[in-house]
Amino acid sequence: MGSYIIRRLLQAIPILLIVSLISFGIMKLVPGDPAIVIGGPNATAEEVENIRRNLGLDRPFYVQVGVFYWNLLHGDLGRSLLLGKPVLEAVIERAPITISLSIYAMVLTIVFGISIGVLAALRQNTWIDQVATTFALIGVSLPNFWLGLVMIVLFSVHLGWLPTNSYVEFSDDPVRWLRHATMPSVALAMLQIGLLARITRSTMLETLRQDYIRTARAKGLPEWRVVAKHAMANVMIPVITVVGIILSVLISGSVVIESVFSIPGIGSLLGNAILRRDYTMIQGGLLFVAAALMLLNILVDILYAWFDPRVRYDAGK
Amino acid sequence: MDAAGAIARPRTTPFWRTPTFRRLVRHRSFMIGLAMFSFVVALAVLAWWIAPNDPNRTAIRMRFRPPQLDRVFLLGTDNLGRNMLSRIVHGAQLSLLIGLGVVLLNTVFGVLLGAVAGYFRKLDGPMMRLADALMAFPSILLAIGIAAALGPSAWTAVIALSVVYIPRTARIVRASVLVVREMEFVQAARASGAGHWRIISRHIMPNCMAPLIVQLSFIFAYAVLSEAVLSFLGLGAPPSIPSWGTMISEGRTYIREAAWLTIVPGCAIALTVLGLNLMGDGLRDVLDPRLKIEQG
Amino acid sequence: MAAQPLLSVRNLRTVFGTMQGEVTAVDDVSFDVAPGEVLGIVGESGSGKSVTALSIMGLLPQPPGRVAGGEILFEGRDLLKLPRSELRRMRGSAIGMIFQEPMTSLNPVFSIGDQITETIRVHERIGAAAARTRGIEMLEKVGIPSPQRRIDDFPHQLSGGMRQRVMIAMALSCSPRLLLADEPTTALDVTIQAQILDLLRDLQREMGMAIVVITHNMGVIAEFADRVAVMYAGRIAEEGPVGRIFDAPTHPYTAGLLASTPDLVGEVPRLRTIPGTLPSLYELPPGCRFAPRCDRRVEACESGRPATQEIEPGHFAACIRAREGASA
Repeated sequence: MGSYIIRRLLQAIPILLIVSLISFGIMKLVPGDPAIVIGGPNATAEEVENIRRNLGLDRPFYVQVGVFYWNLLHGDLGRSLLLGKPVLEAVIERAPITISLSIYAMVLTIVFGISIGVLAALRQNTWIDQVATTFALIGVSLPNFWLGLVMIVLFSVHLGWLPTNSYVEFSDDPVRWLRHATMPSVALAMLQIGLLARITRSTMLETLRQDYIRTARAKGLPEWRVVAKHAMANVMIPVITVVGIILSVLISGSVVIESVFSIPGIGSLLGNAILRRDYTMIQGGLLFVAAALMLLNILVDILYAWFDPRVRYDAGK
Repeated sequence: MDAAGAIARPRTTPFWRTPTFRRLVRHRSFMIGLAMFSFVVALAVLAWWIAPNDPNRTAIRMRFRPPQLDRVFLLGTDNLGRNMLSRIVHGAQLSLLIGLGVVLLNTVFGVLLGAVAGYFRKLDGPMMRLADALMAFPSILLAIGIAAALGPSAWTAVIALSVVYIPRTARIVRASVLVVREMEFVQAARASGAGHWRIISRHIMPNCMAPLIVQLSFIFAYAVLSEAVLSFLGLGAPPSIPSWGTMISEGRTYIREAAWLTIVPGCAIALTVLGLNLMGDGLRDVLDPRLKIEQG
Repeated sequence: MAAQPLLSVRNLRTVFGTMQGEVTAVDDVSFDVAPGEVLGIVGESGSGKSVTALSIMGLLPQPPGRVAGGEILFEGRDLLKLPRSELRRMRGSAIGMIFQEPMTSLNPVFSIGDQITETIRVHERIGAAAARTRGIEMLEKVGIPSPQRRIDDFPHQLSGGMRQRVMIAMALSCSPRLLLADEPTTALDVTIQAQILDLLRDLQREMGMAIVVITHNMGVIAEFADRVAVMYAGRIAEEGPVGRIFDAPTHPYTAGLLASTPDLVGEVPRLRTIPGTLPSLYELPPGCRFAPRCDRRVEACESGRPATQEIEPGHFAACIRAREGASA
């Protein structure tokens, strides 16, 4: 198991290198001279030149790459053009908000996604299955930001149940936070719930067809035990793999959702940066998120390996 | 004809007489999805006839008309008096074209890269590292990043979305190629002296079609959905071209007084994507029931 | 047999619903198993032998399969009329079953110790430690070396033969009176096959349980069974003591099966086969199902289902020409 962890971490390094290269390259994609774009139409030649020198764009390419990695190793993700402060600082400042939102959405996804999927599988081809599958399918087909807006119309404007303006952090007031965070988290989670439900259902159906389930029944185990212990244990393994993907999509979805609900998290930070052409922020922010997600995925992989004894006990094979 | 060729020769019976077609037609979800999607396609193709007037023509005196049972005002007008029905059907054109573009690019590059990676062992390793790196970025974020850098336009959207998805398509193609490559008729073809490209195109590829086709329908769905996100953020087609995502973004300001401005385009997106997802499910059930569901 | 049979299957009929209509996989099958006896059910693939065993255990895949008629009397009680919870309680404790594929029949994510003790604790009220001890005993009994260590192993750490032994240990852990063994050695190497059969025979003698062994291999029957029932296309063709049937088969199908098994001694110029193939269950011939392939058929064979004739006490054949003696 330990060797697996080390192997996984080592595998991640070249990928991380390429990932950082890609985010560095994004700035290079800007057509034309980025310094001019940043300076805007009214900038004088001198101002543009200043910008160019500040960002190091006048240096040769390999020097730029070198400087980029050098800074990275020192934890410097660049400096936001708009906010004037280091990207890393701006991101970390807003991280707790996005993280709490993502955790809420994650919990919703896991609870509802898995239960709906299991229920649909156990009652295959009955009306319960049809309803569940349709619900999952619709969930996967709705644009999440639109769902957020529709929820605002329904629950805030017409019914007045949940608030839309301002935002309360979890650390300030958990109960009010719950009220504020519910709609955005549901909007975020809806697509993932649909996805997880579909995958859980098909995995469960396939697992129930396996020989060892027949053996479990032949041993005289009560049906609930066959499902809850023998089937579920095997279903969870591929489901855990999907959890990593779900987390990625959740975090990227937060870019849009946070702007819809005016939540000051990393998502809206990036969203603003995109609108205002804050390239350094875009670059640094994307890299941060991608790296954080890679780390999370590695954790998920390790969790997966721990659960599957075939991998766990493979030491030295 | 060599034995290897005989096995891999493409069908000579027309598609509509094959058992696959018959199974597709009997698959209820597939047909429902096909109906939905065809409806949207029809809207897009017939846009010039259906639209009561130019989607960009403003008419301040007619603004904020709610939807009513009326040929012209079926979907109402927006804050600038522009006719929603016209805008929706023209938006369909944009979404479908972008979806088509993404699917085409994925077909060309995804297949090419996947086949090369799967067939030539030496190239497989580095190519998969690159694919993994691209896939490490959450898809929407990468698309947003690329689109932000390149500047908003319909082309940017197509390129950005394709770049995000080509690694996934390539992986799927590669997986099939890896399996088919070891099959006996391929060995036979190689033994009879066929060159690499001939083997790949005539023998291996026809047998990898099934998972690819399923993936392409899901990609189309994903493209429509993501294009809406990009337009919503202002990174898609410019405001002069009606786009469902932009319409939602514009309608957002008036959500209290004129909710239909947001609801209608969202329903259009949902209808299209749902239709495509149903078709994808149906294709997967018929073509290869053992394919696992993959994201997107 | 004066004593009441342990298992008595009477007129069992099992059907499967398919897209082309309902198909009868087991058609009016009857046989008895005495306590402590080994009955072999032999037949080609698709003859309905596995379905028979699954019907007895109530393990038919429910949506397509169901028992459409007959009785299954175990110790006098009709299993088909028992409430599900009762039947469930009997599985594993009164009747055990082992399957063909040891590689996939054990749950890969739980240790074999977990899977054995779980069986014990579901049926008997004993604590975890006691169950574990019994588990180790069972593993030892089935010939697994170092059972105290191996009890915590996972299935993938064991070979096919070992997994089958574990399956046997699991099935026998609560000392059932009847064991159903569906092709227990088919998926194993030849050398391991012999070991497993020896093991089963030893355990059977030691525990005094009855075994119904299902196989397509006549050799297994010869080695292992006391009585044999030969199945063809969902019906029993011949049933009787193994020795009698091997010496003098009266049903043409049985004769054909035995003739096609090559002799290890002496020259075999050419392998003998039974011409033709199993009929599709959707298009069964009227009358005797073996008639199309039978070299002794007469017109009467096609008109109605052949009645079961008693050749001698305990020996039955479903062939109208059985008494004449079959060609060897």
